Amino acid sequence: MTTLAKTVSPEDVAAQSVAKADRKAQPYWNPYLAGVGLGLVLLAAFVIMGRGLGASGAFTSLVSVGVNAVAPEHAQSNTFFSEYLGDATHHPLKDWLVFEVIGVIVGGFISGSLAHRIKGTVEKGPRISTRGRMVFALLGGILMGFGAKLARGCTSGQALTGGALLGVGSWAFMLAVFAGGYAVAYFFRRQWT
Amino acid sequence: MNAPYFKFGYFGDEISLIVAFAIGIGFGFFLERAGFGSGRKLAAQFYLYDMTVFKVMFTAIVTAMVGLFWLSVFGIVDLSLVYVSPTYLVPQVVGGLILGVGFVVGGYCPGTSCVGVATGKYDAMIYLLGIIAGIFVFGEMFPLLEGFYKSTAMDIVTLPELFGMSYGLLVFLVVVMALGGFAGAEWVEKKFRKGAAQ
Repeated sequence: MTTLAKTVSPEDVAAQSVAKADRKAQPYWNPYLAGVGLGLVLLAAFVIMGRGLGASGAFTSLVSVGVNAVAPEHAQSNTFFSEYLGDATHHPLKDWLVFEVIGVIVGGFISGSLAHRIKGTVEKGPRISTRGRMVFALLGGILMGFGAKLARGCTSGQALTGGALLGVGSWAFMLAVFAGGYAVAYFFRRQWT
Repeated sequence: MNAPYFKFGYFGDEISLIVAFAIGIGFGFFLERAGFGSGRKLAAQFYLYDMTVFKVMFTAIVTAMVGLFWLSVFGIVDLSLVYVSPTYLVPQVVGGLILGVGFVVGGYCPGTSCVGVATGKYDAMIYLLGIIAGIFVFGEMFPLLEGFYKSTAMDIVTLPELFGMSYGLLVFLVVVMALGGFAGAEWVEKKFRKGAAQ
């Protein structure tokens, strides 16, 4: 035991602590720099594909396929689900937005890994329990899903993409998102601050 | 003029899915770099001590908007082939309000929740289940909502058309507005950060 302890030199300890510090989460990028990166990705989508980015559409395809698997007649009789299922010429999950969103998950993981930010946590302020936060996460998600469908897109499809293309509905939507958020933020401050 | 490439038939549907995956990787990468995998950082926008969401979003909008404008001026991109989603004003405003509330209650939006899930946030996983439930509820209620959903249809209409301005002038005005917004955001952040520290 004593010989083992002796082999740990101060240099080793220093090297270990450096390695540990190295594994600490790196700071986020300057927001303007990250914004330019995001804007160039959006521009690439316009130039290569003639369309922008999106997210909620991929989940709608997923939900439509799920409903169709459980109750096919019900899904086909519903104009909303049946439009997403399309005619049987190709599988509804073989869709541009579905592949894009799988990419988003991979890209997020790559960036998070390189910056040592992958960690099993619950994002919340200090004044709310984990259980309470989870309830709000579920409720917020339900509102988000419903609102995104009513608006024909979410932050990616309407605000970012439609915003850059100067769509009237997209700009009205974007202002409404900020208005809705600021209108209720005070009542949910215990969750975050 | 030969862009958008897909619309000119440079490649087919199968390749477009690979393009989608690659573009998605870029999208997710920069969202994570900006800090958008963290619900707490995203929600901070609405408490004014961290304006990252505003800064990143408007920088991205301005970058893509100005880029597309100049590419069309130089005749590289045929703008008429870039898909602009049609306007349904009232349902989009109501949807936006609901979505904004959902953002504060849940802490993410659909795209950022994917990044949250990819970086291990348990609340983002629950949130994503909520999104799926919300879309399911919307779909089930669709026969009731269809009339409202399709109301105030304005077809494809853009801000230059609405205000009767040239495309270039409107792009310029949005850039000026964004720069003013960034200066305002820096000021607000400083003010509220200071307040929080005292």
